[in-house]
Amino acid sequence: MTPGLLLLFDLLLPAVLLWLAWRSLTSSDLFRAVILFIAFSLLLALAWVRMEAPDVALAEAAIGAGVTGALLLVALARIESAAGRRLSPSARWRSAALVLTGTALLAAAAGLLWSLRLLPTMPGGLGPLVDRHLAESGVDHPVTAVLLNFRGYDTLLEVGVLLLAAIAIWCLDEAVPFLQQPLESQLLTGFNRMMLPILLLSSGYLLWLGSHAPGGAFQAASLLAAGMLLALFSGASLPAQWSGLPLRLLLVLGFFAFLAAAIIGPLTGRALLHYPPAWEKPLILLVEWLLTLSIALILTAAVIGGRPTGSRLYPPPSSPSAEGRRQ
Amino acid sequence: MSVSLVYTAAGIILFLLGTYGLVAYAHLLRKILAANIMGSGVFMVFIAVAGRTPGAPDPVPHAMVLTGIVVTVAFTSVALALAVRIARTSNRAHLPGRDEEQR
Repeated sequence: MTPGLLLLFDLLLPAVLLWLAWRSLTSSDLFRAVILFIAFSLLLALAWVRMEAPDVALAEAAIGAGVTGALLLVALARIESAAGRRLSPSARWRSAALVLTGTALLAAAAGLLWSLRLLPTMPGGLGPLVDRHLAESGVDHPVTAVLLNFRGYDTLLEVGVLLLAAIAIWCLDEAVPFLQQPLESQLLTGFNRMMLPILLLSSGYLLWLGSHAPGGAFQAASLLAAGMLLALFSGASLPAQWSGLPLRLLLVLGFFAFLAAAIIGPLTGRALLHYPPAWEKPLILLVEWLLTLSIALILTAAVIGGRPTGSRLYPPPSSPSAEGRRQ
Repeated sequence: MSVSLVYTAAGIILFLLGTYGLVAYAHLLRKILAANIMGSGVFMVFIAVAGRTPGAPDPVPHAMVLTGIVVTVAFTSVALALAVRIARTSNRAHLPGRDEEQR
C-alpha cells in the first residue's frame, strides 16, 4: 500500500472502531448491540494486524469475536426469555450526575492524552532481550516463548482463571437444554459435516504452528471450541457416561499438566517453571496439546452455562414438545 | 511513531466510552459489553505502545495482551452466567434500585 492509502487506513480504522463501540453502547436494541460488538471485535483484530501483532489478532478474532459473541448471544436469549424483551431506553440522567460523570471522563481523557507526551522513548523495549534468549526457550516464535517459557507464570495463572470461571459457572446453575427445540436443518448438518474436520485440522495446525509462527494453544483451543459449538447447535450432547468424572478430569487436565511441568524445575534443583534443557520443546508441546483440549472444553462449558446434572446428557437434550420462543 | 500515537489515542477514547456505558446503562448485558470495550481500549494502548519502537515490535506486551484476552473471556462468561441467574431469579435484567429509571 502506498503511504497515502495507509494513512487513510490508519485514520479510518480507529474512527470506525470508535463509531462501532459507540453504537454498540447506545443502540436501543440489545441484539443489535451484541452484533455491533462482534463486528467491533473483528475490526479490532484488523487493527492488531496493522500494529504487527498477528498472535493477538488471531486470539481476538477467535476468542474476542467468536467465543465472546456466542456467549453474549446465548446469554441474551436466556436473559430475554426470563426478564422479557424490552428495548433499553437511552440513558436518562439527573443533571448533577451528568455534570459529575462528564467532568470526570473529560478530565481523565485530557490527563491520559497529555500523559502520552511523557512516554519515554525506549529503544527496542524487551524485544532484544527476548531475541537473545530465544534459543534457550525451546521454540522459535518469540510470543510463544514469552507465553510458555519466559513468563510461564502468567499463562499458568491464566489457565487457572479459566478453570475458576468454569467452576463458578457450574456453581451458579444446572445446564438447561441448549436449544429450545431440535434444529432440523439440512444446511446446518451439511455445513457441520464439512466444517468439523476442517476445524479439527486447522486447530491442530495452529497449535503446531505456535512453536515457530503466530498461533498456539489458545487460538487452537478456540477453533476446537468453535467446532464443539457447531456440534451443539446441531443438537449434539456429551453422552451420559462422559458427563461425570471423565468430563471433569478433562477440564482440569491442562491446568494440572502445566502445573506438573512447572514443578519439574524445583524437583531438579531449578526455579519453578524452569524446564530441564533439551526437554523444553517436548514439554512445551505436550503442555500445549493438553491445554488446548482443556481450554476448548472450558470455553464450550462456559457457553452451555451450567453443570451437568446426575448421569444425563450434557447439555440435556431439548424436548420436542418444548415451545421455542423464537420460531 | 505517529501511527502508534493515533491508535493510543483511540484506545484511550475507547476506554472512556466503555466507562460511560458502564455507568450510564442499567441493563446488565450492556454493562458487560461496556466492560469489554474498556478492556479493548486498554489492550489497544498497550499494543500501540509496544509498536512504538523501531524494528520488530516488543513480544512481551503481545503475550500479555493475549493473556488479557483470555482472562476477559473468562470474566465475561462468569458475568453473563451471573446476569442470566439474576434474570431467572428476579425476572429483571438489572440490579435492584434502578427500577424507576428503567421503566
